[in-house]
Amino acid sequence: MSTVPAILSGRGLVKHFGRVVGLNGADIDLFPGEVLAVIGDNGAGKSTLIKCFSGAHAPDTGTMEVTGQDVLFRSTHEARLAGIETVFQTLAVSPALDIAENLYLGREIRKQGVLGTAFRMLDRKRMRAEAGQRLQDLGIGTIQNISQAVETLSGGQRQAVAVARAAAFGSKVIILDEPTAALGVRESARVLQLIHDLRERGMPVILISHNMPQVFEVADRIHVQRLGKRAAVVTPSKFDMKDAVAIMTGALEVDEADQALGPVRTPAAV
Amino acid sequence: MIVFTMLNDRFILATNLSLMTQQTVIVGTLAIAQTLIILTAGIDLSIGAIMVFAQMTMANLVVTSEVSNVAGYGWPAALAIAAGILIAMVAGGVNGFLIVRFELPPFIVTLGTLSIFTALTLIFFKARTIQGPEMPDAMTWMGTTFKLGPFTVMTGVLVMLAMYGIFAFILRNTAWGTHIYAVGDDPDAAELSGISTGRVLFSVYCVAGLIIGIAAWITIGRVGSASPNVAPNINLDSITAVVIGGTSLFGGRGTMIGTLLGALIVVVFQNGLALAGYDQAPRVLAVGVLVIAAVALDQWIRKVQG
Ligand SMILES: Nc1ncnc2c1ncn2[C@@H]1O[C@H](COP(=O)(O)OP(=O)(O)OP(=O)(O)O)[C@@H](O)[C@H]1O
Ligand SMILES: [Mg+2]
Repeated sequence: MSTVPAILSGRGLVKHFGRVVGLNGADIDLFPGEVLAVIGDNGAGKSTLIKCFSGAHAPDTGTMEVTGQDVLFRSTHEARLAGIETVFQTLAVSPALDIAENLYLGREIRKQGVLGTAFRMLDRKRMRAEAGQRLQDLGIGTIQNISQAVETLSGGQRQAVAVARAAAFGSKVIILDEPTAALGVRESARVLQLIHDLRERGMPVILISHNMPQVFEVADRIHVQRLGKRAAVVTPSKFDMKDAVAIMTGALEVDEADQALGPVRTPAAV
Repeated sequence: MIVFTMLNDRFILATNLSLMTQQTVIVGTLAIAQTLIILTAGIDLSIGAIMVFAQMTMANLVVTSEVSNVAGYGWPAALAIAAGILIAMVAGGVNGFLIVRFELPPFIVTLGTLSIFTALTLIFFKARTIQGPEMPDAMTWMGTTFKLGPFTVMTGVLVMLAMYGIFAFILRNTAWGTHIYAVGDDPDAAELSGISTGRVLFSVYCVAGLIIGIAAWITIGRVGSASPNVAPNINLDSITAVVIGGTSLFGGRGTMIGTLLGALIVVVFQNGLALAGYDQAPRVLAVGVLVIAAVALDQWIRKVQG
């Protein structure tokens, strides 16, 4: 099909929650430098699919590869070590902790010298300074105080914190599960811009979204998830939003020949 | 406070102040362990039972039949104390293991181990009290006092204050401290953020065990003997101290300094009632009311803050 190896791929992924079927033999491929959108109805298994790669779930059966290596993540920590960073739909921020603490949760910076090594003291000053810079880079200047507890932030601001965390630490893949769901028009545009920027830098992104115009604006390929499986992968150039909705609901089936199962972004551009 | 003062002017004497800090030392030290656990949204009802088991272990290991009617093992004091602290750590570890591995609620697990450790104490050590003079001086060293101005200071009180300082530092300034808050605040979010919540919880119960072990040594010094019947209300008292100190029973919020103040309030409250001539029973009743009032206040503040 193609000679460019996928950064991340899954084959025949199955995940049951008791008697509920989350994934029913799903496939996925993410190629270097591309933005892959994942769309589908509520409960189609989008979050479950990406959670296998985030380390939040282990699939019951199926194989997963990251840069050609077989992987099975037992925790989000392992996935992070593999360079995969995720903004979860539930955001996964700790309300009582402040913004800087949240950004560095699980990978805190320690002080230099004996204070850090023997007393394991955190370098709060540095974490705050860098956290502030990161949010500034994202253009989220509406947050006034980096030592503010996250519970005092608005829903959109919390989302910004989660996105900033992923963008700051993702080294191989960044996964965004509905990152703009709680955002206003301006903040949504910022996140969209961020995805563009990541793409420019050659960072592969998986974007789950229900926002069709957004998906068609930013995605290289669109993975349509239906009933726990990949129904089709299409490109925005060949298909329009109406087609995508038709595939989501099962009204339209697309021949493999018309799909974009391989990479569409030329390696030269990456 | 003012009421107590009027009820009995002995209440403000320096000797009484010294006595009060000394009375705080047992509940105060145990409340450090309880704070760590409650910060993770847990609770430890077995704190008193572990403490008693640890101190009876220490005392029985150290005595010999020559000076006591207990068979004993005649271990050196340092070794016996270390063994008692280790036992307490293992006991805490058992709590942690059951809570993490089998995902059982801390309330149930520690309710069970409360009975288990109480029974183990009776099985291994009978109901015999070992008096201070039967033991080497090191065993009661925590109870020795020295003069500081008008105050009589007990060594155990200094150790307790040092522990408050250390754990306040750890909570504020280390990753482990941050993770304790994160796990208590929202365990799912903590797990998704890459924190091994199981490991954090287990380590908290082990460290709590360590603190309980040290509290056992302090208790022998403070009481002047090792008795299975010491401090019968210590579980409730330690929880009361933590809650009055502003730590939320729902986890994720609270400070060590708050707990220290909470412990002082509990003791002042009881001491005040005692000096006013009330018996044990109404004092226990009052503490029960106090803890419910404190939790209700916590709930109410949360609601008002939204
Ligand atoms: N932790 C869980 N326990 C039980 N069932 C689950 C769990 N997570 C997902 N499911 C089930 O798996 C199915 C797929 O859920 P998933 O969250 O992947 O859907 P989704 O495509 O992300 O939907 P949405 O657009 O609403 O976010 C649903 O039927 C859901 O009820
Ligand atoms: Mg979802």
